[in-house]
Amino acid sequence: MISLSVEKIGLVAQGINNWQEASVLLQGEADYQGGELPPLKPSMLKPNERRRTTRTIKIALQAAEEALQGFTNSERLASVFSSSEGDLDIIDQICLALTEEGRPVSPTQFHNSVHNAPAGYWSIGAGARQGSSSLGGLNGSFAAGLMEAAVQSVVEQIPVLLVCYDQPPPELLKSFMPISEPFAIAMLLNGESDSALARLNLDTQADGSESQLSKPALEKLRQSAPSARSLPMLQAIARHQSAQITLPYLPGLNLQVELQPC
Amino acid sequence: MTPLSITHFTLTNALGCGKQASLEALRTGRSGLQPCDLENVDLATWIGRVGGLEEMPLEGRVADYDCRNNRLAQLGLQQDEFLPAVDQAVQRYGADRIGVFIGTSTSGIATTETAYRTRDESGLPAEFTPRFTHNIASSSHFVRHSLGLNGAAIAISTACSSSAKVFAAAYRYIMAGVCDAAIVGGVDSLCLTTLYGFNALDLVSAEPCRPWDAQRNGINIGEGAGFALLEKPQNGDSCPSLIGYGESSDAHHMSTPHPEGAGARLAMQQALERAALETSDIDYINLHGTATRSNDASEDSAVCGLFGDQTPCSSTKGFTGHTLGAAGITESIFALLCLQDGLLPQSLQTRQQDESLSANILLDRQQRELRHVLSNSFGFGGNNCSLIFGAAA
Repeated sequence: MISLSVEKIGLVAQGINNWQEASVLLQGEADYQGGELPPLKPSMLKPNERRRTTRTIKIALQAAEEALQGFTNSERLASVFSSSEGDLDIIDQICLALTEEGRPVSPTQFHNSVHNAPAGYWSIGAGARQGSSSLGGLNGSFAAGLMEAAVQSVVEQIPVLLVCYDQPPPELLKSFMPISEPFAIAMLLNGESDSALARLNLDTQADGSESQLSKPALEKLRQSAPSARSLPMLQAIARHQSAQITLPYLPGLNLQVELQPC
Repeated sequence: MTPLSITHFTLTNALGCGKQASLEALRTGRSGLQPCDLENVDLATWIGRVGGLEEMPLEGRVADYDCRNNRLAQLGLQQDEFLPAVDQAVQRYGADRIGVFIGTSTSGIATTETAYRTRDESGLPAEFTPRFTHNIASSSHFVRHSLGLNGAAIAISTACSSSAKVFAAAYRYIMAGVCDAAIVGGVDSLCLTTLYGFNALDLVSAEPCRPWDAQRNGINIGEGAGFALLEKPQNGDSCPSLIGYGESSDAHHMSTPHPEGAGARLAMQQALERAALETSDIDYINLHGTATRSNDASEDSAVCGLFGDQTPCSSTKGFTGHTLGAAGITESIFALLCLQDGLLPQSLQTRQQDESLSANILLDRQQRELRHVLSNSFGFGGNNCSLIFGAAA
């Protein structure tokens, strides 16, 4: 079992500008209403960089920025970025270019096509020089990222930024990938903490079904993107409730999260 | 750090299938590079290609995972009695206590390229199943499923450092008690995305690549797979060990390394600290050494800034090409072969070292006892990883 603390959270989804708004929604009686995605303008990107980056990079950075508000120890901060599909707009454009005469692949798109592009832009923007891992885990992407960030934090005794993000696929890929909503969740995690929102105990478990949400629209949001599989855990944090959460992780294996509010 | 024993390992690349093919090539200076003959590619460059993958479809219970990348992974797993070694580890630890840590850069994207090429008015072909092929996690799920393991697993994709970082990740999972042993590995396969993408960045060489050479002008892309079994040390182990790792970010630029190699230097420093070694304890450095002008200059600055200009170094990209997401595992296993064989491989195709670069590049191979070897892997996004391996006690 691995024990660690959640210190801060950042969240971006349609109709949800930040963790504060998400927290109010998850505490309340009303169901999710959806809405517009907030403008994606992470301030850590310079204007020329912002032009070169994509909606996938921006949603990841915006959530990361919120989770790091007031955090000043970037020289010790490691990071884990996790996304099921990465940047599908870029994959789509490169694969289209590869079917054209002369194969006009854009150099900028190519270097942005690496799965760790959001992590790269984040490290540049934040001046963060510690290690950074980028993972992919299909519907288990949030659990895989949480596990990796937790293991790093506990073994290396460092704070770790976890960012899990998705953007829905472009037209040609739509029916092949089960992502229908943009979503990004970021968490600042630490082994020991004086200012935690919650304590987590993580363990794997071979059986059991994944935790769901009781409100239909919120449950639909949970299923709309792998990063949104974090919502049952976030609901317990928002409500300051103890909870046992089961997250999808790998074929035949779940991640069990025992959550204690702080 | 507590060393981890590397009890079994295997690799497959343009030099051939299995360790012996790579070792024989490193001993004799045989390159695996060939003029690019990949289907649907019209580029004047050289590649490091693994022959026969087109005729090796995945079948039976792993048939869903069929794509060039997973075929290469399967071919790799089948070499050097690696499968029986995993079976024995399962007997010892249990299938749920062995973690799987796989690095890949582009996974099975070649399948997606084909789907786009063969699309019609109704869209991409219905049989396109990217979750089993293109997805980054396809590689780790395939290896886990194929080996019959059901413990923790991750797929790391940090461009060309991906399959070096698997060693650091596996070390942490074992130390945290998430697993008792680990399969680490990497696999990346030739595709149009990387060939035309690096070409768009003017980083592909029309000749066999020449790391550190005054005339170097870019990379050759290769493909490869490699796997290793990591276990906690036992009394009487007679195998090499992972003794240090360092991971860092340049925080500088997406595709150009820091000019003084600050991030690379930090990764090497961390690896030395974890290994509790001085720079003088490192007997040989296997460089990332891609043979682009800026990469080699940056790494030279980092290596010489930390080690001075005496430590013997070479890049083995001239043997295999740059296997991208598989470069970390490929060169880690080269490091293990060198430790076992007392071999310092030459920097193949480097004829005249660039006068502005100071590292002690081996133009000819040497043979002597080695205790500690450092291997560098650096990727786009400024993602760096350095590993140190120690000879058997």
